Amino acid sequence: MGKYILKRLLWIIPVVLGVTIMVFTIMYLTPGDPARMILGSNATEEKVEALHEQMGLNGTYLQRLGRYMKQVFVDQDLGSSYYTGVSVKEQIKARLPYTLRIAGISILIAACIGIPLGVLAATHHYTWIDNTAMFASLFCVSMPGFWFALILVSFFALKLGWLPAVGIKSWTGYILPCLAGAIGGAAGLARQTRSGMLEVIRQDYITTARAKGQTERKVIFRHALKNALIPIITVMGGMFGSSLGGTLIIETIFSIPGMGTYLTDAISKRDYPVIQGGVLFISICFCLIMLLVDIVYAFVDPRIRSQYAGSTRKRKAGKGDKKE
Amino acid sequence: MSGQKKEELLKIEDLVVEYDTDEAVVKAVNHVNLQLGKGETLGLVGETGAGKTTIAKAILRILPDPPAKVRGGRIYFDGEDMLKLSEGKMRKIRGNKIAMIFQDPMTALNPIETVGKQIAEAISLHEKLSKAEVEKRAVDMLEMVGIPGERYSEYPHQFSGGMKQRVVIAMALACRPELLLADEPTTALDVTIQAQVLDMMDSLKEKLDTSMILITHDLGIVAGMCDRVAVVYAGEIVEQGTTEEVFDHAGHPYTVGLFNSLPRLNGTEKRLKPIDGLMPDPTNLPEGCKFRERCPFAKDECGKKDPEIKEFRPGHFVKCVRAGGEER
Repeated sequence: MGKYILKRLLWIIPVVLGVTIMVFTIMYLTPGDPARMILGSNATEEKVEALHEQMGLNGTYLQRLGRYMKQVFVDQDLGSSYYTGVSVKEQIKARLPYTLRIAGISILIAACIGIPLGVLAATHHYTWIDNTAMFASLFCVSMPGFWFALILVSFFALKLGWLPAVGIKSWTGYILPCLAGAIGGAAGLARQTRSGMLEVIRQDYITTARAKGQTERKVIFRHALKNALIPIITVMGGMFGSSLGGTLIIETIFSIPGMGTYLTDAISKRDYPVIQGGVLFISICFCLIMLLVDIVYAFVDPRIRSQYAGSTRKRKAGKGDKKE
Repeated sequence: MSGQKKEELLKIEDLVVEYDTDEAVVKAVNHVNLQLGKGETLGLVGETGAGKTTIAKAILRILPDPPAKVRGGRIYFDGEDMLKLSEGKMRKIRGNKIAMIFQDPMTALNPIETVGKQIAEAISLHEKLSKAEVEKRAVDMLEMVGIPGERYSEYPHQFSGGMKQRVVIAMALACRPELLLADEPTTALDVTIQAQVLDMMDSLKEKLDTSMILITHDLGIVAGMCDRVAVVYAGEIVEQGTTEEVFDHAGHPYTVGLFNSLPRLNGTEKRLKPIDGLMPDPTNLPEGCKFRERCPFAKDECGKKDPEIKEFRPGHFVKCVRAGGEER
């Protein structure tokens, strides 16, 4: 298991290299010239050239790529914004925690609402409870997140005045953004849990557990839910990944200084160092989350655990052969 | 009848089970009567979909509801009608006094729990023992079915099919049940393993003095293991008697057909004689005798009235108009 984790961690290196090259290439190919955007459309050609030189935008594709790769991986410097001149590293350090916190809490809330709701719907299949839960979750899945966020703001912030409408000054500021972020996920998880549970509940081992005289509650939670958890974990991992970039709308509505607003702003201004640095960080976070998901899998499912162990054992044997 | 010598353990009267679907009502079990004496083994024989498993699950009350509904009847176990018991009392019987072995060992075990824990679960539910004692007992059970105790903390995917079925049997016998419902315990296993598992079940049954209902479609297994046999067709018991009686003097045309469709070692016939046709659609059972359409002896009167169950020979009951008239 430890070997497996190490292997997966090492795999992050090529992924990060690949992502860096890809983002750089996309930026290279995208139309739009940051120098021209800074100087305005009446600037002379010489002035633009001079700024290119200064920004490191001169030279061929390979020269520029090489320069950038050296800067990132050797000097460990992500550069600084063309516009504000602030170091990208510093900005990410300040902004990433907000995004991570909002994404994390949202998913936690989504799981706390969605999974029990899905279990309830599955155990009351075809009854009004199931129908109500599924209607509600269909409604929430189809509902745009920003709309729900606005409703939350107008009700809790403007009408009742309980919570701040924008900004994050204390923990109260997190409540509305996290709720807004959780609602879609909760609905999705409820549907996933329900279908997973319905499948598991029909399995023979559930009947076996009942035939042992186990209580219904334990049959559902100890035997059924644990087995239904695998696809749910996958969905949750994916949700977390996508919400790293996707809290953008929520960050905009609630004026949160997170990664989403930072990146979109940079994209519209062709602020290359910011885009490249931001995407790099998000991809590293994504890799780590997926690794976490795989570790949780192994924790839940012994079949997967033995696969991991098996693959390292096999490699050990292979190595031994070579030495002999 | 032969069962009368022994004390009665289980008695099913007039059991009716139906599955309600959106389109139709599936009549899975229709007015079934069965008795089982202590220490006795009853074979429940019939083709796929005849309602054998439904009868067994109805006894334990583990039919999936919805869609399954017990529409009538009484199931007496030790003199008490189990269909009237509360769910809590029923739980104390399940796995403790009555246990079940399921058809497919590949799917009957929870894939994410160790086999030992799954056996221990059954024990700890019914016996007031300390954790260590429960574990000890689970290890003993594993060893009793011929699995080394060290394999306690292994997972089902690390066992072969036959081994898994042993685990399932160990789980079922862990609380020394009075009645064991074995639902085609060897159908999913290959023939050599079948014999091993059956031998083991037989000896364990003797050792623990357990009664058993053995559901199967294999008449060979019935001949080897059962004291009495009941033939199920379209949710009804069409013939019932001691194994010897039924094998030697099959009274119902369906039973006769079952025997004819078996190959004989000394036989001269080149082809087997299968029973023509299919079982009637359980959502739309015919009036009168349900076997009429496949019966080589069907007469007009068979379509008019459902035949009564008659004592064809002493202790041997047959549900057919032909029975009784000829031999007696």
